Order: sequence, then structure tokens, then C-alpha cells
Amino acid sequence: MPKKRFKRAFWQSKWFKVLAAGLWQDHPTFCMVLGICSMLAVTNKMENALAMGIGVTFCTAFSSLFVSFFRTTIPSRVRMLAYMVIISTFVICVDRILKAYFPPISEEMGPYVGLIITNCILMGRAEAFAIKNGPWLSFLDGFGCGAGYTFMLILMALIREPMGFGTILGHRVMPAGWINWSILTVAPGAFFLLGVYLWIFRSIAKKTET
Amino acid sequence: MNPMNPLIILVASIFTHNIALAYILGMCPFIVISKNYKTAVGMGISIIFVVTLTAIINWPIYWLVLVPAHSEILAFLIFIIVIAATVQLLEMIIEKFFPPLQSSFGIFLPLITVNCIVLAVCLFMVLRKYDFIQTLCYAFGTSCGWALAIILMAAIKEKMMLASDIPKGLRGAGITMIIAGLMALAFIGFAGIITLQ
Repeated sequence: MPKKRFKRAFWQSKWFKVLAAGLWQDHPTFCMVLGICSMLAVTNKMENALAMGIGVTFCTAFSSLFVSFFRTTIPSRVRMLAYMVIISTFVICVDRILKAYFPPISEEMGPYVGLIITNCILMGRAEAFAIKNGPWLSFLDGFGCGAGYTFMLILMALIREPMGFGTILGHRVMPAGWINWSILTVAPGAFFLLGVYLWIFRSIAKKTET
Repeated sequence: MNPMNPLIILVASIFTHNIALAYILGMCPFIVISKNYKTAVGMGISIIFVVTLTAIINWPIYWLVLVPAHSEILAFLIFIIVIAATVQLLEMIIEKFFPPLQSSFGIFLPLITVNCIVLAVCLFMVLRKYDFIQTLCYAFGTSCGWALAIILMAAIKEKMMLASDIPKGLRGAGITMIIAGLMALAFIGFAGIITLQ
């Protein structure tokens, strides 16, 4: 754990710790293995990965904020439903923005934009953090988790797009004789790649499951 | 409306366009619950039931209420509320009238609300403009395909637990992804036979 790096007083402030937890210690993908459905499906192109990452970050940050605002008024029996309603409101915003300004990306991502609603990260952060903490901290926690997730999406796309299509963001990067590994653009390649990433990161972080 | 034959949709959604292995959806329970064969079967059956039921309810809501009222923008919100309400209702019915089912079936229900594939089936049904019969076949086929995938995965993992020497960092989720990749290769091998749209 890179805790030693946070020695300066500024880095020890509470809000920074909350933000950093999402980025490393409680990273949504490596430590909790959450939200990988949409991750694997959209990362075959960098632009889709970026759109997805920004969308998820926006939704986690704001849904955490609003869940935290209403945390005293939501009855605990129907809290799941309340989270769902709050989350889907923000997902509708993302969907509409994509449809209006980036129609090709929206077309390509298809139902995966709507499926941000059922991304376990959003629900997980609402239940684990936002319902117990104040709005500002919850916002940061949501933002941190979203940023950690985006980072992972970019890592995946950084390998899948150049090797699968020979391009990054549409620009050719591979040499002319490169034969595309089309397996990386479809599901099996995504599974293998995430498996390898999990292996590497868990070996570094020494986190293992039995 | 979509011109595809419902029976072709049924077969395609189970095998060639398996929702877990080709569209990579419903992965969270796929990793967490596939440790034990019996639990995987219970989860699979619950999913088949809930997915089919919610698709049957959501189809008329979308095409008969939201579309004539020009409020397609609310589709996500309505779908997710219907799913959550159906699951809650099912839970209550099982608790009240079929207590023996509670232990084998009821415990999975709360998890299903946040399962991607329930919502995914509703979204694909809208996107591909299926009619009612096609939706029914698609929902049933998709959930059967997902159940098939998780049961296969649980069986493989149980066998593997007995005799295998996996590197430490790869245990748990890592090896599950590699196995899923191999399974996906096998399933995608048949994708050329039918194109689902």
C-alpha cells in the first residue's frame, strides 16, 4: 500500500483519503470486482471507454451526493428503490447528452449506457458510503471510485484498441504490416485481458482470495 | 417491427448470442455466486423466472403507454421501478405462500434487482423493436443462456477446487475471467450461424 506517500499534512486531510481510497485501496475493480459488465463490453474502442468512464464518474459522484442529501429522509425499507430512482435520473441525463452531442458513440454503446443503472459500483457506493456520510465526502468518494473505474477502462482500451484495430482514437498507431488481433475486440479477448490485469494487480497489492 | 422468427431468436439467445459470454452482462453474480454448483442452479432458476416476468410486464408498458404518450425518455426509470417492484412482490408472495421455497429461491431475489441482465433484456427488446412473442422468446432464451453459463462455470470451478495449482494472484476472480474467456471462445464459435438483430 502506498500510504507512505501521503505524509504531508495536506495529503492527510480526510477528504483526500476518501478520494484516494477509491483510486487505490478500495479500487472498485481489483479489490471488489464490481461493475465489470459494462467495462468489458465497451472497452474495445478508446472513445467508448472514455465516454463510459466520464458517464459513470458523473453518475457515481452526483448520485452519492443526492443519496447523502436525503439520507435522513429515506426510510430504510425502501432505500434500494430510492437509490435506483436517483441513479436512473442521472443515467437518463448521460444518455440524453450522448444522444444529442455524440450520436455515433451513443449508437455504438447501445444499451450499455442504460446499463450504468445496474452497475454495481453506483449501488455499492450509495449503500456502503453515501448513506452514512455527509454530502461533500460522499461526492468525493463517488468521484474517486468513478475515476478509479475510468482509469481501468482506459487501461483496457489502451491494449484492446491498438492490438485489435491498430488505432487509438481513430489514429493509426501500429506499423503497416500489423495484423489485427480481432479476438481482442470481442468478448473472449476482454475476459482474458481482465484476467491477466487482475493477476498482475493482485500480485502487486498482495491481495488474494482462497 | 422486427421480422425475425421467434424460434430462431430463442435458440440464438441461448447459444450463439449468450448474454453472459457474448455481451458480457450479469458478470457480478457470475463471479461471486459461481463457487458452488447448487447455489448456481438456484440463482439460474430465479433469473429465468424474474427476467421472463419483467419482460412480459415491461413490453406493454413501453409500447402501449410510454410510446403513445411520447415519454420514451422515462423508459429507464420506469423499467427499473417495475423490476424492483416485481422482485419485491415475488419475494413477498414466496414468503407468504411458499415458505419451503424461501431457502432455495428467496435468498437470491434481492440480488436480482441489481443484476444487469434483467434491465438489459428490457433495453434490447426496445432497441430491436421485438413484438410480444419475440420478446417472450428472447427473454426466456436469454435467461436460460445465462443460467446455462453460470451452471457450467460453477461445475468447472468445483472440479478445479479439488485438484489445481493456481498462482496466488490469479485465484478467485482472475481465474474465473480466464475460464469465462475460454467458454466464450467455444460459444462464439457458432456465432456465424445466426445473426441476431
